[in-house]
Amino acid sequence: MSGTITERNVVAWLRAFAEAVTRKRDELTDLDAAIGDADHGINMERGMRAVAGKLADLGEPDEASPGDLGALFKTVGMTLVSTVGGAAGPLYGTLFLQMGSAAGARAELALTDWATALEAGVRGVQTRGKAALEDKTMLDALLPAAEALNAAARDGVPLAEALRRSADAAEQGMKATIPLVARKGRASYLGERSAGHQDPGATSSWLLMATAAETLA
Amino acid sequence: MKKLINRPEDAVREELAGVALAHSDRLRVHTDPHYIVRAGAPVKGKVAIVSGGGSGHEPMHGGFVGPGMLDAACPGEVFTSPTPDQMVAATKAVDGGAGVLHIVKNYTGDVMNFEMAAELAQAEGIAVEQVVIDDDVAVQDSLYTAGRRGVGTTVLAEKICGAAAEQGRPLAEVAGLCHSVNANGRSMGMALTSCTVPMAGRPTFALGDNEMEIGIGIHGEPGRERRPVTSAHEIVEMLTRPIVDDLPFRRGDAVLAFVNGMGGTPLMELYVVFGELHRFLQGRGIAIARSLIGSYMTSLDMAGCSITLLRLDDDLTALWDAPVNTPGLRWGA
Repeated sequence: MSGTITERNVVAWLRAFAEAVTRKRDELTDLDAAIGDADHGINMERGMRAVAGKLADLGEPDEASPGDLGALFKTVGMTLVSTVGGAAGPLYGTLFLQMGSAAGARAELALTDWATALEAGVRGVQTRGKAALEDKTMLDALLPAAEALNAAARDGVPLAEALRRSADAAEQGMKATIPLVARKGRASYLGERSAGHQDPGATSSWLLMATAAETLA
Repeated sequence: MKKLINRPEDAVREELAGVALAHSDRLRVHTDPHYIVRAGAPVKGKVAIVSGGGSGHEPMHGGFVGPGMLDAACPGEVFTSPTPDQMVAATKAVDGGAGVLHIVKNYTGDVMNFEMAAELAQAEGIAVEQVVIDDDVAVQDSLYTAGRRGVGTTVLAEKICGAAAEQGRPLAEVAGLCHSVNANGRSMGMALTSCTVPMAGRPTFALGDNEMEIGIGIHGEPGRERRPVTSAHEIVEMLTRPIVDDLPFRRGDAVLAFVNGMGGTPLMELYVVFGELHRFLQGRGIAIARSLIGSYMTSLDMAGCSITLLRLDDDLTALWDAPVNTPGLRWGA
C-alpha cells in the first residue's frame, strides 16, 4: 500500500467521480427537484464529462515525467467553472482551484499535503458561497470530511484508512442534511418545507469523497 | 414530454442558431463561449449593459439585446446560470470605454458566477458595476434565506437603464438608477402548472388539476403555498396585496403595472388579470401610468403569471417611454 497520492491516483479519482456522477445523475436531479430546480445531476454530469475530456487530451500519466498536481487541479477547476453553471460551477470550481494553489507543483501528495489541500479547497467554497455548517449545502459533507482527514493526518493514520474516515464523515454530514431547514441556495426559498429532504449538493460532495477513498490509496 | 425540439441536449444551441438567423439585423450570436451582442458593439463612449441568466425565460435576456436596452446577454443552460467565461467575453465585446453595468438576478448561482466574472474583467482593466435585482415579495428577505429572488423588475430595469445609457449618462449614474428601480419595484408570481425542463423530461413538480402554487419562482421552484384554484379576481388580490403592502405603494402613487405570462398562459387570461389589477389598484388610489402585458420573463411551458409594480417618477417615466428596438420589446424606433 502506497503512502502517497500520485498523479495516476488523482486521474483515477476524477474518472471515478465522473462515472459516479453519471450513474447517480437522475438521483441528484430528483433530490434537486424536491427542494431546488432539478438540474444538479445534469449540470454535474456535463461538467465532469468536460473534465474527463480534458484528462483524455492530457494523455495517460507517465511515470517517467513527474506530473504537476497543482496545475492538474487548476485545470479541473477552470473546466468546472466554465461548464457546470449554476451555483455548483463556481463552488466546485473554487474547490479545485484552491486545492491546486495549496498543492503547488508537487508530483505526489503525502496525507498531510492532501489534508491541507482539501482544507484550502473547502475554505474557498465557504468564502465563495458565504455558507456555514448546517445551512444544508455541500459544506455539510465537505467540512466534516476535511476535518476527519486532518484529524487522521495528525494521528498518523495510514492513508487508506484516513480517506475512508473522510468519506464516512462526508456520508454522515450528507445524511444529517435531511432534517435541516435550508438557509442558502434555492432550497432556502422553501423555508420549513425544505426539511425532510437530503441536500443534492451535499450528496455530490459525498460522492467526491467516496470516490477519493476508492482511488487515492 | 412533448416539445418542439430535436435532442434535449441541443435545444439551447439550436435556439441560439435560430435567434442569430432571425435577428441578424440587430444582433449577433457568438459561440464558444455563448453570448448575444448588439450589432455594432461596442458603442464608443456609451456605458454598456450586460445581463444574463439561465435559458428557458425567453425573451429575457437575449430578446432584449438592441438599441435602448441591453448591449449583451449571456444565456446559460436551461434554468442554469451562465458561466464567468461567457460574462467576461461579453463584457469585453461591449465595453466602449465608459464601463459596463451587469444586471444580475438574485439567485445563488447567478450572483456567484457574475462575481467571478467581475473579478476577472476588473483584473483586465474594465470598469464593472453590478446591481443585483431582488424584488420577489414571496421570499422573506432575511439572513436565513438566499434573499429575495430577482423577477419581473429585472425586465423594467434593463429597459430603463438601457435608455439612460443611450442618453450618455455615466456608469455610476446608470448603476444608481438601477438600484433605484430595484428599490421601487416589487413582484409576486403564481403557477397553474409546473414546467418541464427538456433534459429532465418530466414536470419539475406535481400540481393537481385543481391546485395552484402561490409565490412561485421562475425556475419551477415550488412556491410558499399550495391552494385550490380560484377566480382571477381572488388570485390578483393574493398577489397584489403583499406587493402593495411591502414597498408600500401609497395612495397617489403612479405605477408601471407589468402583468407577465409564465410561458404557457394565453394573452386573454393576462388581460383578465390586468383588468382585475386595475380595479384593485383603483380601490387603493394607485394610478397605473404605464403598463406592460405579455410573456416577457417566462418559465418554459409553465402556465401562470406574475405581477410587478414599479413606482414611477418623471425621470423613470421618460426613460420607460424612450425608444427601444429589440426582438422582445420595441417602440419609438
